[in-house]
Amino acid sequence: MPTYFEKKQLVTPGELLAEGDYLAGNNTYVEENKVYASRIGLADCDNKRVNVVALRSFYFPKVGDVVIGTVLEVGFSGWTVDIEAPYTALLRASDVLSRPFKPQNDELSQVLNGGDLIVAKIASYDRAHDPQLTVGEPGLGKITRGQIIKVTPSKVPRVIGRKGSMISMIKQETGCQIILGVNGVILVTGKNPRDEDLAMAAIQKIEEESHTSGLTDRITQFLKDEKEKTGGKQE
Amino acid sequence: MKEKPELINKKGLRLDGRKPDELRPVKLEVGILSNADGSAYIEHGKNKILAAAFGPREMHPKHLSLPDRMVLRCRYHMAPFSVGERKSPAPSRREIELSKVIRDSLEPSVFVEYYPRTGVDVFIEVLQADGGTRCASITAASLALADAGIPMRDLVVACAAGKVEDTVVLDLFDTEDKVGCADVPVALMPNLNVVTLLQMDGILTPKEFEKAVDMAIGGCRDIYALQKEALKTKYMLIKEEEEVEEE
Repeated sequence: MPTYFEKKQLVTPGELLAEGDYLAGNNTYVEENKVYASRIGLADCDNKRVNVVALRSFYFPKVGDVVIGTVLEVGFSGWTVDIEAPYTALLRASDVLSRPFKPQNDELSQVLNGGDLIVAKIASYDRAHDPQLTVGEPGLGKITRGQIIKVTPSKVPRVIGRKGSMISMIKQETGCQIILGVNGVILVTGKNPRDEDLAMAAIQKIEEESHTSGLTDRITQFLKDEKEKTGGKQE
Repeated sequence: MKEKPELINKKGLRLDGRKPDELRPVKLEVGILSNADGSAYIEHGKNKILAAAFGPREMHPKHLSLPDRMVLRCRYHMAPFSVGERKSPAPSRREIELSKVIRDSLEPSVFVEYYPRTGVDVFIEVLQADGGTRCASITAASLALADAGIPMRDLVVACAAGKVEDTVVLDLFDTEDKVGCADVPVALMPNLNVVTLLQMDGILTPKEFEKAVDMAIGGCRDIYALQKEALKTKYMLIKEEEEVEEE
């Protein structure tokens, strides 16, 4: 029952990873008792489960995910929202208004219009239906200020860091509020645009260097250096 | 053709100086189009082909989407300047057929059942053609799909073999294809050992056919090594750049 890869080895789709008593984890599949990779990524073995951390993927909706989306269209009883997934999501008017929706009383485009950004949670999704969103929880709803940055969805966990170490460090160093959409869209809200730019630069750097070790330390250093630079200019 | 050129000379070499079982030089590059979700470029001898993949995304027109799986669409197209005499840019009978053939040879490799009601589009643009474009296109298109992050059972790699003047040869180029006796393109999923495309154009004896298929599969395996390398190179580069930076 051997495995055919070293830890963190770069593997391509179809590469044989393990044989025998192994389970297929993320981005792998089993055929005739053999585990193969299904995406390009870094192979890893956790107990008997073989995983591939994808270097290239796209967001696929899952119930409970918090995502950031753009309103595409105002419909009769709700909105269609682009959530950077293979499907467009639906947001129902009654969910936003938190009361029964009456077309004669409410003008939907005054609540949310095309182009508006929202933070929402996926309320339901299955193979037969497009995902439905909900904004009925604290922290969800229309975005009124801040800046948006997009990263590859597979890299969102790196932006969060181990037990949230990376994200809380960036929040602390820049004084910005950061909301991560699982779909790879990130909202940065700070006291001024300069703080926001700094936080965005740090996130950009994480995306580019996501697969290297010691990243949190390097990002901390990067933020300190950048702060000194801009601090110097002010004086 | 008025006069048939001597396809294999007395030394047993072909018109372009190759041995019967020799491939043309192959060069592959991944991720060269930034607007596509995934892309690849192949130079197979004098063939120059671009492939771009988009998706999975919502199907347009919507009625073509399938309730239980993703739809894979391919468009094989030859640029007007890709051949000696200007080719009309409108899709010809041959291009429509090749689009279908390429689609059919790629689909078994993709987990289409994962993403119902969606579509993936693959655009293949032949910039320069010199025989064996369907094989080169399949190799490049499969790389583009992998680069787009679409889950796949295996990469698909293709290569042709055929017969010119009584000799079974690997990887025919344009003249050999036109003047020779037969052409057998084969597409292969190398790790699963599954053939996804097998065609024959011309006449071969059963023995010659077997030899041609074996030869083509051997060629596929050689190209697969390059294909894998090309895919890894793109993602390796990022890694190396950082290592230099750190020093």
